[in-house]
Amino acid sequence: MGGMQRAMLRLPIRQIFLVVLAILLAVGLFLGIRSNLQAGILSGADYRSFVIDGIARGALYAVIAVGYTLVYGILFLINFAHGEVFMSGAFTSFFVARTLSQTGFLNENPLLSVLILLVVSMAVSTITAVLLERIAYRPLRGAPRLIPLITAIGASLFLQNTFRAFYGANTRGYPVPESLQGRMDVFGIPILRTQIIVIIGAALLMVGLYFFIERTKTGRSMRAVGEDREIAALMGINVDRVIVQTFAIGGMLAGAAGVLWALVFSQVDFFMGFFPGIKAFTAAVLGGIGNIVGAGLGGLLLGVLESLAPYLFISPSVPSPNQLTDAIAFTILVLILIFRPGGILGSSDEEKA
Amino acid sequence: MRKPKWVVQIAILSSVLLLSAACARDSGGGGGASGGGGAECPDSEFGCVEVGADDPITLGTLLVITGPNSSLGLDSQYGAQIAVDMRGDVLGHEIELVNEDEGCVAEGGQTGAQSLVSDPQIVAVIGTSCSSAGVPAAEITSEKGVLMVSPSNTAPDLTDPATHQPFYARTAHNDLVQGAAMAQFAAEEAKAKSAATIHDGSPYADGLQTVFSEKFESEYGGTITTQEAIGVGDKDFKPVLTSIAAKKPDYLYYPVFIPEGAGITQQARQTAGLADTDLAGSDGMLSPDFVEAADKDNTAGMFLSGPDLEFKGSFYQKEFLPAYKKKFGDPASVFHAHAFDATNMVLDAIEEVAVETDDGGLLIPRTQLRDAFFDTSGYKGIVGTLTCDENGDCNPTTTIAVNEVTPAGAFKPTFSVTLDLEEAK
Repeated sequence: MGGMQRAMLRLPIRQIFLVVLAILLAVGLFLGIRSNLQAGILSGADYRSFVIDGIARGALYAVIAVGYTLVYGILFLINFAHGEVFMSGAFTSFFVARTLSQTGFLNENPLLSVLILLVVSMAVSTITAVLLERIAYRPLRGAPRLIPLITAIGASLFLQNTFRAFYGANTRGYPVPESLQGRMDVFGIPILRTQIIVIIGAALLMVGLYFFIERTKTGRSMRAVGEDREIAALMGINVDRVIVQTFAIGGMLAGAAGVLWALVFSQVDFFMGFFPGIKAFTAAVLGGIGNIVGAGLGGLLLGVLESLAPYLFISPSVPSPNQLTDAIAFTILVLILIFRPGGILGSSDEEKA
Repeated sequence: MRKPKWVVQIAILSSVLLLSAACARDSGGGGGASGGGGAECPDSEFGCVEVGADDPITLGTLLVITGPNSSLGLDSQYGAQIAVDMRGDVLGHEIELVNEDEGCVAEGGQTGAQSLVSDPQIVAVIGTSCSSAGVPAAEITSEKGVLMVSPSNTAPDLTDPATHQPFYARTAHNDLVQGAAMAQFAAEEAKAKSAATIHDGSPYADGLQTVFSEKFESEYGGTITTQEAIGVGDKDFKPVLTSIAAKKPDYLYYPVFIPEGAGITQQARQTAGLADTDLAGSDGMLSPDFVEAADKDNTAGMFLSGPDLEFKGSFYQKEFLPAYKKKFGDPASVFHAHAFDATNMVLDAIEEVAVETDDGGLLIPRTQLRDAFFDTSGYKGIVGTLTCDENGDCNPTTTIAVNEVTPAGAFKPTFSVTLDLEEAK
C-alpha cells in the first residue's frame, strides 16, 4: 500500500498533463485539417498563396522583432515604443515617396527610389530610436524595471500623437512604383512583386545582422554587455555607447521594415506601428526573447500561422473563420510557451527576468 | 515593518473624499427645479434647462472630428453650424454649439456623451456620426433625459423597438433601406448572381451586410457565397480575399470605414480570382479621403451607396451649399444636410416647448422637448419630408443613390431608388 502511494506521488503529473494535452491537440488539428481538405473548397494554389502571404507578413514581423530582442538582450527592457520607431520612418518616407511619385521619378527609377526611401526611413527611425534611448530610458537606467516599462508606453503614446499632430490623422495611400505592382511567377507560383521584395529584403537584413553581431567588434561588445554589463565595463567596453548602438541598429531595421511594409500594404497612418509592434513583440517572445535567430523564426511562424490557420485548422462549418485569426495565433503562442517557457530557441533555465 | 503615518492619513482622507463624492447630490436631475422669475418648470422627471436672460441656448455635437474618419463627422458639424448661423436666434437667445469628439468608437461615444450630459446647460445633442459610438451614447443621454438626434447613424438596431433608447432619434436613413437598395442594385443593375460580404464587427457594417445578404437571397434569388469578418485596424486582407475568391462571387460588398475599406480595395485588385468581381461599399467610405487612401486606379469602377444628394428643391443648391462652401470649403462627406435638418428640427421643438420667464430667461423642459421632437410630422427638410416614428426614425422614405467611382476619383450617381422604411422592414 505505502509503496504504491509513493509511486503515485512520484508520477510526474505535470508531464502527463502536457503529454495528454499534446495528443489532444494533435488529434484536433489532424481532424480539422482533414475535414478542411476533404471539403475541397480551397485549392492547392489558394493554400500556397496563404503560405507566401504568411511568409511575407512574418518576414516583416521578424525584422521588427529584432529591435525588441536586441534591446531586451542588453537592457532587459521591453521597448514598447518600438512600433512607433517603425511608424516614424514609414510615415516620414511617405512624403518623400509622394514627391518622387509626383515628379515621375518613382516610376522611372523604381529601384533607386526604393533605395532612397529606405535610406530616409532608416535615418528617421534610427534618430527616433536613439533620441528615445537618450531622453526616455537613459535617465532611468538604475530605476526599478517597471518604471522604464511605463516610460516606454508613455513614449509610444507621445510619438503617436506627435505624428498625428504633425501629419494629420488621415490614412495616406503610399505610392508604389508601377514596375513593382502585379505578380511574377517564381517556380510556377504567382507571387506579388512587392512580396518578393519584402521576403528578399528581410532575408538580407536578417543575415546581415547575424554576421554583424557574430563577426564585428561592435557586435562582440554588444554580446559582452548582454552577458554581463559590469564585467564588460571592467573590460574597457563603453557600455553607454554600446546601448546607443543597439538602439540605433534596432531603429535602422525598423525603418527598413517600415518602407517594406508600406510597399506591401500601400498605406500609412500615425497608428500603423501599434499592431505590428505587438505582433513583433509576440514573435520575439515566441522565438525566445534575446535571441536573434529566434526572432526570425518566431516572426515567420506567427505570420504563417495567422494567414493559414483560420482556413486550415477550423472546419468549414465555422462562419467567418478570419475573425478568429488572432485567437488561433495567440492560443498557439500560449501553448508553445506552456511547453517551452523560454520560447522556441530560448533555454527555459535562462530566466533572466 | 510599520507603515509611515502619512500613508494611513492619506488613505483615510481619500476614502472620505470618495464617500462624499458618492453621496453628492446629482446635479441637473433635481425634480421640478423652479426657474427665476416665478415661472414653474413643468417637467418633474428630468427637470428643465434654465437659460439666463443674456445666455445662449447650448446644443452639443458629438461627432467623429478626429482620426481617419473625421471627414464624416466634421462635415456634419459644419452642417449643424450652418443651421445655427442661418437661424440666428431662438426666442431672442443666441445658439451656441459645444463640439465633442466620439472617434467612431464605442468608448469615444461613452466619454463624449458623459462629458456633454454633465453640463446642465446642454439642451440637446446632435450626434453621433458612427453607430458604434451611438449605442452607448444614446443610453447615457436617455438616462439623463437629453434629446440626441443623429445625422448619420444608420444601424437598424438603434431604432429597433427592442433596443431603442427613449431620447434617441435620427434624420439619417435606416440601413434596412440602404442595404435593400444595394441588394437591388447588385441584382438588377450589376446583374450579380452571387455575392460575398465582409464586415468589421461594428453594428453599422454588420447591420448593412446582414440586410444586404437577406434581401439578395430572398428577393432576388442570389447566392451569398461567403460572409466574412475582419478586425478594425487590420492591414493584411489577402488571406480573407483569397478564401472569398475561391468561390468566385460576382459581387463583393464590404460596408466598412475608410482605413480598412481602402486596404480591402487595394488588395482585392491584386487578388487573381477577383478580377471579374464588382467591388462595393457604403456611405462610410463615400469620401474623397477614401479615394486618396486606396488610390484612384484601385477605386475606379467601384460602387458606393449613400444618401441621394441630388436634392430636389433649390434651397440646398442656392442657399445652403454657397453658405457652406464660403465658410468651410467643399463638403468632404454626405451628411451635412441631415445635420442641418436635425439641428433645425431640434430648434423648432425648443421654440415650441420653451417657457419664457418674467426676467427674460427660458425654461426648457426636457421630457416635453423630446415629445415635441418625436411629434415632428411632415417637416420639409433638405433631405426630404421628415416625420418621426415612435422609435426615433425620422426619415421614413429615403432615396438612396449608388455612385460609381470614376477613374478620376469622382462619385457619379448611376442608380437611385426611393424606398419606404415600413416596406423595407
